[in-house]
Amino acid sequence: MTTAVLPREDYLNTDYSLRSWLLTTDHKRICILYLVTITLFFAIGGAFAAMIRLSLATPTGSLVSDETYNKLFTMHGIIMVFFFLVPSIPATLGNFFIPIMIGAKDVAFPKLNLASWYIFTIGGCFTLWALITGGVDTGWTFYTPFSTLSSNTNVSLAALGIFIAGFASILTGLNFMVTIHRMRAPGMTWFRMPLFLWSMYATSLIMVLGTPVLAITLLLVAAERLLHLGIFDPARGGDPVLFQHLFWFYSHPAVYIMIVPSMGVVSEIIAAFSRKRVFGYEFVAFSSLAIAVFGFLVWGHHLFVAGLSVYSAMVFSLLSYVVAIPSAVKVFNWTATLYKGSISFATPMLYAFGFIWMFTIGGLTGLFLASLGLDIHLTDTYFVVAHFHYIMVGGAIMGYMGGLHYWWPKMTGRMYPEGWAKIGALTIFLGFNLTFFPQFILGYMGMPRRYHVYPPEFQTLNVLSSAGASILGIGYLIPLVYLLWSLKYGPIAGDNPWNAKGLEWQTTSPPPKHNFEETPVVTEEAYNYGGLEESHVG
Amino acid sequence: MLSGIPLFPEEASTLATKVDALYFFLVAVSAFFVVLIAGTILYFAIKYRRRSEDEHGASIHGAILLETVWTIIPLGIALVMFIWSADIYFQAYEPPKSNSAVNVYVLAKQWMWKFQHMDGQREINELHVPVNTEIKLIMTSQDVIHSFFVPDFRIKMDVLPGRYRTLWFQATKPGTYHLFCAEYCGAGHSRMVGQVIVMKPADYQAWIAGGVGTDTLAAAGQKVFTNLACVTCHSPDSGARGPMLSGLFDQKVRLQNGQTVVADDAYLRESIMDPGAQVVAGYQPIMPTYQGLVNEEQLLELIEYIKTLKPAPSAPTVTTPEPDGHAAAPKTPAMSSPAGAPAAHR
Ligand code: HEC
Ligand code: HEM
Ligand SMILES: [Cu+2]
Ligand SMILES: [Cu+2]
Repeated sequence: MTTAVLPREDYLNTDYSLRSWLLTTDHKRICILYLVTITLFFAIGGAFAAMIRLSLATPTGSLVSDETYNKLFTMHGIIMVFFFLVPSIPATLGNFFIPIMIGAKDVAFPKLNLASWYIFTIGGCFTLWALITGGVDTGWTFYTPFSTLSSNTNVSLAALGIFIAGFASILTGLNFMVTIHRMRAPGMTWFRMPLFLWSMYATSLIMVLGTPVLAITLLLVAAERLLHLGIFDPARGGDPVLFQHLFWFYSHPAVYIMIVPSMGVVSEIIAAFSRKRVFGYEFVAFSSLAIAVFGFLVWGHHLFVAGLSVYSAMVFSLLSYVVAIPSAVKVFNWTATLYKGSISFATPMLYAFGFIWMFTIGGLTGLFLASLGLDIHLTDTYFVVAHFHYIMVGGAIMGYMGGLHYWWPKMTGRMYPEGWAKIGALTIFLGFNLTFFPQFILGYMGMPRRYHVYPPEFQTLNVLSSAGASILGIGYLIPLVYLLWSLKYGPIAGDNPWNAKGLEWQTTSPPPKHNFEETPVVTEEAYNYGGLEESHVG
Repeated sequence: MLSGIPLFPEEASTLATKVDALYFFLVAVSAFFVVLIAGTILYFAIKYRRRSEDEHGASIHGAILLETVWTIIPLGIALVMFIWSADIYFQAYEPPKSNSAVNVYVLAKQWMWKFQHMDGQREINELHVPVNTEIKLIMTSQDVIHSFFVPDFRIKMDVLPGRYRTLWFQATKPGTYHLFCAEYCGAGHSRMVGQVIVMKPADYQAWIAGGVGTDTLAAAGQKVFTNLACVTCHSPDSGARGPMLSGLFDQKVRLQNGQTVVADDAYLRESIMDPGAQVVAGYQPIMPTYQGLVNEEQLLELIEYIKTLKPAPSAPTVTTPEPDGHAAAPKTPAMSSPAGAPAAHR
């Protein structure tokens, strides 16, 4: 590892010109383009979060006006969900590693892949424009009739931005599905694929099937605002709750767009750092697909107090419990994978452990919310805020960070500093729990979400949460600094610093432009660590 | 009253104890699984930690039996949660059918709560109710969606524009409790808060009697009814251009399209705001819409007035069910409707 040298030619050093980056069709370079873009969005979204937490440190909300506060949490939500989390793992790690892990030269449609990035960036620019020219105050959920009749902020512009970015999502999903179907190397059967690919396939399925519904829904909101169609306006015979059905029909599955990729990454990490095949491979693989399918049937659990009939509420509740089972199965299988493994505590593994902790708590509290009689009390309180942050920030970002560290040496050819990385992971873990655990208690006490001012008895827990947020903020800055540092000063990693299995570790770090010198032939299942000594590539 | 245990909401309604029992069950189940998973991971991670660089894990593929067990057991536990929580949901959202409930109209608007009591008292952001009595809230919104949330009662329901929804509770402890708007509704959302003041019966009687000089809700409704000239069509001497409204509430109505509906709050509302939507059998759709002519408060008053109209035994509505389509079911006195006559609450 220490004696390794960088390859003479790789995808990074073939051409340094700006033009070669902006017109690249190399999936690895497109990954880097996305990485830079979504990191910027994460920083913007994070800055809004910091202001929200700062404001909530006092109950009187004297820092900003009501209007500003509402814009802060709206823009925070929109940017974090649509411009960071949804593209995060698929567009970066997925883009880089799907082709390599199946032994292909690139994705099926390289030009479409580049187009996706442009579409995404243009969508992002529209949304940023909406932000700079006055902001939006509807919440990331755009509930009608507030968004159509009452709000006089840049709703249509922001919705347009998300609408555009949605096409990037659809195209990326299509591209990945076709790639996985058509481009697998000889011998790479479906059941020899690493689990990350299964999770990316499931995610792509949701992106392709769900995003058009979101697009139509947002279009309806814009049309209603501009043309006053009356679809959501009760005074014209419309139904405001219809919007919630449409919105959650996409947005519940969308939460799986955000978490399923992380599950895939965690499967890779746990296998690599236990040096062992993932326990119950088929169950973990199919649970991703089960989540993708069942995820489309539970949107009603966001409407338990919004006017469902009690019987349809019961159906949605039952299905919500059912969709939690495949998630539980995954957690049990990861745990069982450790049994008789050879377990290393390298940084990616710490993130994987962190992921399991967050995801377990987030998933279990999802059961609280699926419980009809209990959800009446909990919905629209800080309990919900804590629940989805445990999964989306705790879980999904833990997986993203874990994956970034795991594959960083492959992507850049260099190692990050292990000591700092461990400190960073620990800081994020502690900061996160301190930020969001108190919110469960706050929620049960009854503090509603999206509250700028709040009764003084809620202050103690809010101060704790804000304190945690500042630790969390530092936690995210640490990796930013040392990862950038490592680009130049990190030790040369070598082709396979973890001694891990998988085609991506068979090529050089960083990989050459076309990934492999010659097309690999796969002769064995994934994660073949135990006993058998023959190599992965024939 | 807002103190109690600092990190837990007060249990101040009949529902609260039931919700909390379920909550504690879920907390226990969750704690068990978190400890189980975290404990196992920690144990394995330490026991099987890597001891040499070229070490490999054992070659284990999986076990169908284990997979089955850890699918079935969580599913079983989830089913228990489902049944338990659905039962509570029914209790919370299906108001009990009793005559003793006190009805209050709730009108939400950006950014305040307006309450109209049957006896005519109106309050803003404060709701006075008697302890140990079923309270039924008939709620609507004048603009966007709001949500009526009293944490100490463990109740919440979205309040929708253009629709009436009924929420009920029975407070068990006199005191003052937070009322929050829980659905984001714009700039003043976090200021759309108020108090529910639960009073001992005697105090409540004194309070309700203190609202002198105001019309009862029904009386106010009668004025609106006259002012808007509803009488030109809805009176025995109007040549039966419109159906008689007496005794209408809670009865079945036959519609022109052959369907039968129950004349509840929502139906009355629609009959006034969108008369063409459900036309009574035997009548022409000549009634004009009052959308934009009456505000939500007047609408509530009108509806309350119609509810209190006692059936006139000699009116054509009863003798000949066909022309207006009212079912010939025996007319029960207005007392039987949950709203009852305002006097019933005195
Ligand atoms: C121009 C005559 C006319 C006027 C004025 C009028 N209505 Fe009507 N109304 C009708 C007719 C005809 C029907 C039956 C046909 C229908 O359902 O539209 C009716 C039906 C109703 C019903 C449903 C009755 C049932 O038996 O189901 C209600 C309630 C009602 N009107 C209330 C009102 C109120 C309140 C006003 C005043 C704000 C009013 N109406 C003014 C003609 C009128
Ligand atoms: C383990 C299975 C899960 C169950 C049973 C579950 C259940 C629920 C329920 C019932 C709600 C609605 C709460 C309410 O509004 O009252 C909810 C909200 C939410 N959940 Fe989950 N959830 C699960 C997993 C996830 C995952 C994996 C994610 C994201 C990656 C997620 C993200 C969210 C978000 C974002 C919301 C709130 C959205 C909003 O109102 O802004 N959940 N969850
Ligand atoms: Cu959901
Ligand atoms: Cu509100």
